[in-house]
Amino acid sequence: MTAPLIEAQSLRMEYRVGRGQVLRALDGVSLAVRPGEVLGLVGESGCGKSTLGRCLLRLARPTAGRVIFDGTDITALPERTLRPLRQGMQMVFQDSYASLNPRRRIGELIAEPLRVHRDGQGRRRTAGDIAARLAELLDLVGLPQAALARYPHEFSGGQRQRINIARALALSPRLVVADEPVSALDVSIQAQIVNLFMDLRDRLGLTYVFVAHDLAVVRQISTRVAVMYLGAIVELGDADTVLHSPAHPYTAALIAAVPEPVVSPDGDRAPPLRGDVPSPIAPPPGCRFHTRCPIAQDRCRTDPPVLRDPGDGRQVACHFPLESSA
Amino acid sequence: MDADAPPLLAVRDLTIALPVGGRMVTIVDSVSFTLGAREILGIVGESGSGKSMTALALMGLIDAPGARITGSARFKGRELVGLPQRAFRTLRGREIAMIFQDPMTAFTPVYTVGWQIDEQIRAHGRVTRKDARVRTIRLLGDMGVPDPARVADRYPHQLSGGLRQRAMIAMALSCNPSLLIADEPTTALDVTVQAQILDLLRRLRREYGSSVLLITHDMGVVAETCDRTMVLYSGTIAERGPTGAVFARPGHPYTAALLDSIPPLHGARPARLPSIPGSPPAPADRPAGCPFAPRCGYAHDACAVRPPLLPRGVQDIACVLPAEGRDLPARCVSA
Ligand SMILES: Nc1ncnc2c1ncn2[C@@H]1O[C@H](COP(=O)(O)OP(=O)(O)OP(=O)(O)O)[C@@H](O)[C@H]1O
Ligand code: SF4
Ligand code: SF4
Ligand SMILES: [Mg+2]
Repeated sequence: MTAPLIEAQSLRMEYRVGRGQVLRALDGVSLAVRPGEVLGLVGESGCGKSTLGRCLLRLARPTAGRVIFDGTDITALPERTLRPLRQGMQMVFQDSYASLNPRRRIGELIAEPLRVHRDGQGRRRTAGDIAARLAELLDLVGLPQAALARYPHEFSGGQRQRINIARALALSPRLVVADEPVSALDVSIQAQIVNLFMDLRDRLGLTYVFVAHDLAVVRQISTRVAVMYLGAIVELGDADTVLHSPAHPYTAALIAAVPEPVVSPDGDRAPPLRGDVPSPIAPPPGCRFHTRCPIAQDRCRTDPPVLRDPGDGRQVACHFPLESSA
Repeated sequence: MDADAPPLLAVRDLTIALPVGGRMVTIVDSVSFTLGAREILGIVGESGSGKSMTALALMGLIDAPGARITGSARFKGRELVGLPQRAFRTLRGREIAMIFQDPMTAFTPVYTVGWQIDEQIRAHGRVTRKDARVRTIRLLGDMGVPDPARVADRYPHQLSGGLRQRAMIAMALSCNPSLLIADEPTTALDVTVQAQILDLLRRLRREYGSSVLLITHDMGVVAETCDRTMVLYSGTIAERGPTGAVFARPGHPYTAALLDSIPPLHGARPARLPSIPGSPPAPADRPAGCPFAPRCGYAHDACAVRPPLLPRGVQDIACVLPAEGRDLPARCVSA
């Protein structure tokens, strides 16, 4: 098996949130993503998806644990040493507009990383190098060359996301962490961008960590899926296995809650879960999901389950994992 | 629905134009629909399709200077188009209530949620503060708020998103409105909480006898909640009809393409998602003929003239294909 491109080991991320309180946004997260894989990160708002994404790229420094990129421990590297490595890992965000300076032309915006970073031989790129690369990047993301001279506001949300992707790809990264990159787009446009991510992965051999709250989008693009709840991974495995026959009751509830564009002849479906996600400042003891779990037992209230393999290669943090329905 | 009774709401040729860069631009163009008692009608469309504008016009909430609203919207026989603001104010809250994507816009941060619902109840009837509170607590309980008496004493920011949304719905229902307009009421919520709120909306008509106009961009939400569906594209109706029919056999290429572009949650994963090329036109750049023509895989000469909304079976479709005897194929879906 190939070595992981990016690996998280027991990551913890704590924020002080006033009155001496500590919010544990990540509580011991471990995972490994191999070259060419697409790891989908799903879970409800505040479960720590973005925090994890930022820690993986060292845009945030975790409170504890290790991040290893391509064999190098980058957890505590100073910015100067980190910089050359940064070219290999890039991020794409949800808000396509906020990440683009409205007063700069698209050409300047995409060229910026090319100007800041030196090329593979440690040389500054010439104007000719940059122009050639810009032309290549626009082709790659399906934008006309004329886009270079225009400003961000002249583009639709979907096209702006293409611009962001071109910029993220400028330095030929190997890893792209995309945080809800299609969540703000209309479905018809969302499909274009999901397809683009899939094409780029095939053409460039990219590895993705793809954060999204939309399970159907995640299923479409991911080879593996990690389901998070209150700062921890509760289920991790092959995308088809996890989404077709979930073993964790939370995964099952997430799938059941998705409103599907099909009118069911069986009439209305009952909501799969009651209540909201508890506050991450005071997560429930025992299994963190026990306050909402439809099959919780006494043991779940005191004894926190750890991730383990129920026998089919995935990992599940539950004392009573669901039987495979497949 | 009683076929002879007049509908609760009858909208005809509702047209909304706004001044943009020195000329009037039609944002919503000749939209017509009816809403019966205890019915849930979904208005679905992508951003900029005119969904929210339609709702705001019905509530008398379009305050853009120079806006021109024409056509007719009769609510319980009363004309809403041209109604003076004072009359709208008495209608809103009492007869027509609205809930939004962001419940923080419905509440002021400085008072408790219970106090604000009490006030809403007292503003529309002679009720003592004590009786109002009893009713507030009952409403919150009905909306699935656990421990409603305690939640009533909380400030809006102290509540989770799901609880705030329930509190807003409780406030909207406090005066038993016959029409509830819900504009993207679950868009900001997590799926598991969204499922709870949709369940609540479906119960409203049974338990409160309300009709609901549900505005959303999410085809899944419509499928699970609405009796009838109206699909808007670029300010015009593309298609409308009973939800089951629209989803099983979409008659308009836009509806069909929109449904196809949603990645499936079950069954085989397509290698590529069918997508619609391009993006919707800005209202000022809407083409003269069928507004969907620049993106439509079926576009041909006949589409250069704007197709009227014509009945086809139980649906109404604004496309030339049905009249040409070229109906779209039924969808094959595995649920
Ligand atoms: N800088 C910060 N200071 C304090 N708390 C923070 C900070 N950043 C994140 N948090 C908290 O950490 C938790 C995890 O946040 P995160 O943004 O990672 O969640 P998420 O899964 O990405 O959620 P969403 O789906 O809403 O984007 C949340 O409770 C959040 O409020
Ligand atoms: S450990 Fe118990 S509470 Fe937690 S998910 Fe499993 S069954 Fe539910
Ligand atoms: S009228 Fe023509 S362009 Fe418009 S939806 Fe029908 S086939 Fe397509
Ligand atoms: Mg996030």
